[in-house]
Amino acid sequence: MSGPIVEMTGGEKWYGDYHALRGIDLSIREGEFFSLLGPSGCGKTTLLRTIAGFEALSEGSLRIGGQDMARVPPNRRPTNMVFQSYAIFPHLSVAQNVAYGLRARKDVDARARGAMVDEALDMVGLGGFGDRAAHALSGGQRQRVALARALILHPKVLLLDEPLSALDRKMRETMQGELRRLQRQVGITFVLVTHDQEEALIMSDRVAVMFEGAIAQLAPPQALYARPATRAVADFIGVMTFLPAEARGSRVEIAGLGACEVAPAQMPAGAPAGAAEAGLRPEALTMLTGPAPEGVRVAEGTVGDRAYYGDMTYYMVDLPGAPDRLTVSMKNIPGRDVIEVGAPARVGWDPRAVLVFPAEAAGLKRPAG
Amino acid sequence: MGRRTLAAYAAVYMAFLYAPIALLPIFAFNDSTVIAFPLDGATTRWFAALTAEPELRGALVNSLLVAAASSALATLLGICAARASTRHAFRGQRAIMGGIMLPLVLPEIIVAVALLVAFIQLGLGIGLWAVVAGHVLICTPFAIAILSGAFGALDPAMEEAAQDLGAGRWEAFRTVTLPLVMPAVISAALISFIISLDEFIIAFFLTGAEPTLPVYIWSQFRFPAKVPVVMALGTILVGASVVLLIVAEVFRRRGLSRSGRRDAGGFL
Repeated sequence: MSGPIVEMTGGEKWYGDYHALRGIDLSIREGEFFSLLGPSGCGKTTLLRTIAGFEALSEGSLRIGGQDMARVPPNRRPTNMVFQSYAIFPHLSVAQNVAYGLRARKDVDARARGAMVDEALDMVGLGGFGDRAAHALSGGQRQRVALARALILHPKVLLLDEPLSALDRKMRETMQGELRRLQRQVGITFVLVTHDQEEALIMSDRVAVMFEGAIAQLAPPQALYARPATRAVADFIGVMTFLPAEARGSRVEIAGLGACEVAPAQMPAGAPAGAAEAGLRPEALTMLTGPAPEGVRVAEGTVGDRAYYGDMTYYMVDLPGAPDRLTVSMKNIPGRDVIEVGAPARVGWDPRAVLVFPAEAAGLKRPAG
Repeated sequence: MGRRTLAAYAAVYMAFLYAPIALLPIFAFNDSTVIAFPLDGATTRWFAALTAEPELRGALVNSLLVAAASSALATLLGICAARASTRHAFRGQRAIMGGIMLPLVLPEIIVAVALLVAFIQLGLGIGLWAVVAGHVLICTPFAIAILSGAFGALDPAMEEAAQDLGAGRWEAFRTVTLPLVMPAVISAALISFIISLDEFIIAFFLTGAEPTLPVYIWSQFRFPAKVPVVMALGTILVGASVVLLIVAEVFRRRGLSRSGRRDAGGFL
């Protein structure tokens, strides 16, 4: 990976009174798989459309490949986009769709064009589909045509707007792998918009998590999961149980679990003073059947509910003194029985796996006792 | 209500709509100048008589010219208005679109009188061009109604995708949007053509010394001997209208199926 290919500084977007993008500072590196992740309405699609040139920033600057994009229309930008609806032209054949972007290229003659189209279709696994009518394709095939149509132009940046959201689960998983493979193969920078955190984690080199028009955290997937910068990011990425807590320096009193010492790295949003929230990932907790391992503390409770996923079982455990149920995940390995609802539970928790965030002002439940 | 009652109701309704029109061909082929039953045997001489009417030919040419011009202008204006109203939000959009659609419900005689007064006052006089102006006024709302459906059903990402792939605004419109709405454009043009061809009131007020076909037919009706000829002419016109309407509808539906969409309205 090398220098930045997309750089936005101080990006602001207003629609009348609606503040769609707030202070976006973004630097996407050449050749990386970058994702914009967030709930619907967080501004991720607006940001993508700004890069494509369909929306103009109200303030701030955007540079692609070192060039200022302020007055460059979409058709002159070194970007291509795969639209959420794929926008395959229904009146053209598959080959004509893929060749559409080459019409402006005077240096490509008809034979070279045909060869490029065949190559692009082969690349997305649609070799021999050139003569098909575009409107007769399945969802997955449309997506591949949209990819071939964009990649044939060798853009500096490929923009993908929720490209997998219309596909069923199996097809989505196949395409996730294929997109990743394609990106490595062509070495083009991919910018993916998605609301699916799992998808962002699986596919990306780096992820920008967006809430309400602003970037809350920009990090590689592992860092995002292990060290979420804010409670909101921690809540959005994966599963996390939050329990009310009281912090005094490095000592944290957690409702239902008790007091423990935490390291500074466990307080990514800064050390809170007073009201706090302690977050625990389900896989950092265990349902103990024997004695607790070294350093692991035990909390006694009852299984309130459970969800069986085949490979995993999720237990929702009621702890005395905790206002919310604690979610614990256990692998279903041979010889391990699923614990029944209502049975007593001994939850093992490691203070080194706890994350502590300052309590968010509204609606916080104080630790009991 | 029972199924039988509803069927009877439908039959009466259709008879009321089409029985009078069915009389046209009956008397057009009847060998008598008197329009009354019983019939007096079959003939095609009224159709033959049509070819011997030079004024009729002039009126027909006038009507075709007016209909072609009105249809072209109304469709062009309709494309602009339908695209603007479905793609963009602008100040006063509802009021402007409402204003454009109003001629659909305005009494034609009021439109005709108003245009007559306006053209005379402006010193423009009247003539076939004035009829075209009046017909554009009443055809445009129909064109917009047909075209809005086509533009509205079009995924906005289509044109964006074309631009994203290097096409300028006009080229994106020409190579992607226009082919996709073309069936509706043809349908709108044909409907406008039929409306203009059949229109009487505006033409009667504004046509001056050069009658269009409906105005000519009306003028011929004063002569009893000409009535069977008019019936023959009417028969041809009804046939032509039906054919044009069917062609227009075929194009509208082809447009829907081409882009794999569901049918949502239209005039047939």
